[in-house]
Amino acid sequence: MNDTDTLCFSRRDLLKGGGALVIGFRIGGSTVSAAAARGDVAGPPDPNAIDSWIAVHADNTATVCLGKGEFGQGNTTGLLQIAGEELDLDMSQLRWVQLDTNVSPNQGATTSSSSIHRGGPQIRAAAAEARQALLALASTRLGVQTGSLTVSKGVVSIDGHPTRSVTYGELLGDKPFNVKFTGTAPQKPINRYRLVGTSVPRVDIPAKASGTYVHMQHVRVRDMLHGRVVRPRGQRAYGAGAKPLSIDESSIADIAGARVVRKGDFVGVVAAREWDAVKAARELKVTWRESPALPTNLFEHMRAAKTTDTVIADWGDAPKAFAQAAHVASSTYRCPYQSHAPFAANCALADVGPNGALVMSSTQDIYNSRDMLAQVLGLPVEKVRVQYHEGSGTFGRSCYEDAAQAAAVMSQAVGKPVRVQFMRSDELGWDDYGPAHLADVRAGIDASGKLVAYEYHGWQHGWMVNETTHELVLLTPPKERTTGAGSIPVNRMSTGSMYAVANRRVVSHAVPMVGYLKGAPLRSPLDLSFAFASEQTIDELAFMAKIDPLEFRRNNIGDARWLGVLNAAAAAAAWKPKVAASAASDADVVTGRGIALGTHHVSYGAAVADVVVDRRTGNIVATHVYGALDAGQVINPGLVENQIVGQAIQATSRVLKEEVTFDKSGVTSLDWVSYPVLRFAEHPQVTAVVVQRLDEPSTGAGEEVMGATAAAIANAFFDATGVRLRQYPMTPERVKAALAAKT
Amino acid sequence: MADELKIKVNGRTWPVEASADTPLLYVLANELELKGPRFGCGLAQCGSCSVLADGVEIRSCVTPVAAVADRSLTTLEGLAALYAQQKGLAQAPALHPLQQALIDDQAPQCGYCYNGMLIKGAELLAQNPRPTEADIRAHMNGHLCRCGTYPRVMKAIKLAANKMAGATP
Repeated sequence: MNDTDTLCFSRRDLLKGGGALVIGFRIGGSTVSAAAARGDVAGPPDPNAIDSWIAVHADNTATVCLGKGEFGQGNTTGLLQIAGEELDLDMSQLRWVQLDTNVSPNQGATTSSSSIHRGGPQIRAAAAEARQALLALASTRLGVQTGSLTVSKGVVSIDGHPTRSVTYGELLGDKPFNVKFTGTAPQKPINRYRLVGTSVPRVDIPAKASGTYVHMQHVRVRDMLHGRVVRPRGQRAYGAGAKPLSIDESSIADIAGARVVRKGDFVGVVAAREWDAVKAARELKVTWRESPALPTNLFEHMRAAKTTDTVIADWGDAPKAFAQAAHVASSTYRCPYQSHAPFAANCALADVGPNGALVMSSTQDIYNSRDMLAQVLGLPVEKVRVQYHEGSGTFGRSCYEDAAQAAAVMSQAVGKPVRVQFMRSDELGWDDYGPAHLADVRAGIDASGKLVAYEYHGWQHGWMVNETTHELVLLTPPKERTTGAGSIPVNRMSTGSMYAVANRRVVSHAVPMVGYLKGAPLRSPLDLSFAFASEQTIDELAFMAKIDPLEFRRNNIGDARWLGVLNAAAAAAAWKPKVAASAASDADVVTGRGIALGTHHVSYGAAVADVVVDRRTGNIVATHVYGALDAGQVINPGLVENQIVGQAIQATSRVLKEEVTFDKSGVTSLDWVSYPVLRFAEHPQVTAVVVQRLDEPSTGAGEEVMGATAAAIANAFFDATGVRLRQYPMTPERVKAALAAKT
Repeated sequence: MADELKIKVNGRTWPVEASADTPLLYVLANELELKGPRFGCGLAQCGSCSVLADGVEIRSCVTPVAAVADRSLTTLEGLAALYAQQKGLAQAPALHPLQQALIDDQAPQCGYCYNGMLIKGAELLAQNPRPTEADIRAHMNGHLCRCGTYPRVMKAIKLAANKMAGATP
């Protein structure tokens, strides 16, 4: 075994000198090596102790225990910058550890672009308090007040006497702080920042480019078996489960060493060799109980559903304002189910024995994952340890928990470690999809082009509560988040909030999920759909008023930051004012340019998109996306630029190509042919603009350009053709149908 | 098994325990414990598992191991050495120029697709030292990236081409 063996870091190891230790161990079965050195107490560690967050080593480096996972967005680098800023350490003096429920503080899930937004202030406060404690030690050691001390690169010296100094390592090397985390330590003033606000290189990139990085899919342990899940190809209507009526084990009798694992309705196979497990999963004959039909008239079905309705915003008198408006744009928009579709199908490894369970996965929330695993395994929470390894970009809740639970269930059944690799059809077929959305949007302006009324009605179902394996193993009834915390109502931030409009009504119609597909948050959850509908409506009003769409938005924005990000995108694109579609022609190949705004929770996104439309083929190519993002104080502009590039490309993919397809009996988009994503040859150039606001709090940077890009592409299509597409993905078939309907 | 199956990977010959029909990927990942080739789809649709066979990119997830027994295979781990051999360099650099360019360009996000990006990009640069943007788009089109880093891969390939042109002995 090489260093793809289980990687484990313990708090004790941290105190012994850094996070780069590699220790092979097993928790459930026989001990391999250095078991005594692991973090042997179930976490989370006490959040009120500085020792839970930061350890200082004798070599004058520090390890920061982050509670937010690296998913390729670079948050590890950004959080270390924040810590290094407060501690006055260089990046080369900082280390970190992978998330582990025996080690990591619980900073909550790595979701909603919250790492810097919500995790950053905690890290900053912890580092400031650690620095305060180190200065107090230095004050005693050097015999001067802390006010006369200066720190640079972890060397504390007396002002004016640089030779009278002591290092952090000498003060505390590998000993605990024993200091309470009160959050009251003074923090460095922004005008003294030297690391924050600079584009330091990402700490994870060298290993990723050189091929030494350990992704979850690389992790192996001794004596493990390879497992695969066995399910119908493509999920069926939610609520019916997947009940095996009979399993013909003789169908895999010729695959030596392969065996079936069944618990409740869960079916899987394990084998010593991976290829045998793959073949066994493919060849095992299972007769499944028939499921109720999925709705093939999806949007009509959603509209007719018995919904739970919530008024999200109700300001002024919208009906009266509509009655007095000079122009009203009113349309219905249809938005598909989309898959997280991580580039690599999820993988997990579990070792479950009589003494407890160790589960490794690419979860976005190790502590929540642990809770769910404990339920599935019937173990107390403190007997379950979860370690995180990065998989491929997940963009929300893909199948990582499902894979983790499947591995755990199979390991518990066979008494050996089991590695489960989802196959492509498992991942695309059993994902908890970003839900479909139906919107009725109308908005009105007065004769001067001022937005006076806005109304948005949205229909969508909720999110999963229990994972598929959980439901199959425990046979629990269907459960979803329909209302309240954790549900997915229409986001009022994404539905007109960027404009000053006195009369605004937003209503969310929650459709029950039973009978549809499973849902879960997918990057910018539904905000892409909200923007697609809302920002086309705004564009339509600009067209009705014969005003340039940029100028129309400027006239109606009531907030300097929205205006700032809009202008930043427009300036990057060298926007030339004109009324949309005023240059549209009947040529076979036409070009267009669109602009739009978008958000998720707090930050401000804007995009300009250029497209080429071939009327003969119906093909739309996005040639250039200019994306701008105001996320407050940007810790590392390079990271945010990369996020803007990624969002622009992924949103182009989603609005032009991606759609989960299904027939009555189940999902049919099970590979990269039936679930196409944007390919290399199709990608637009991207110009990324970071609107830096050092004096504002840092807010999320991973989602806001998604909706803006998608809507800008839709508006660019109108500019090119004079035709609106009110359903995405904007496939060649839909383009041709829309163009034909116009003529 | 009458004849013991062997494969040549990164200049070294390895005995294979797996059955002849086993996809090469599972042998490289599980027997040789290599990190370069990695599972993405198992359907030859994404490029995650790519390796070079006699310098030509193949998809190891659908290639039976027996089919490449007489080929010289290069994985990501052997890319720098192959480059040195192609360029006639006395010593292999630590990284292939494209690897360095991807670092300089801060290109990867999750980095999972970069095995394929590197294998295919290195193949391109070996065949065509001065690829145009159109050449790069066409050559790389079988390799998906879900994080959306295509523009930076494009830039890195151009960067590497420039550096390699300068580095030719």
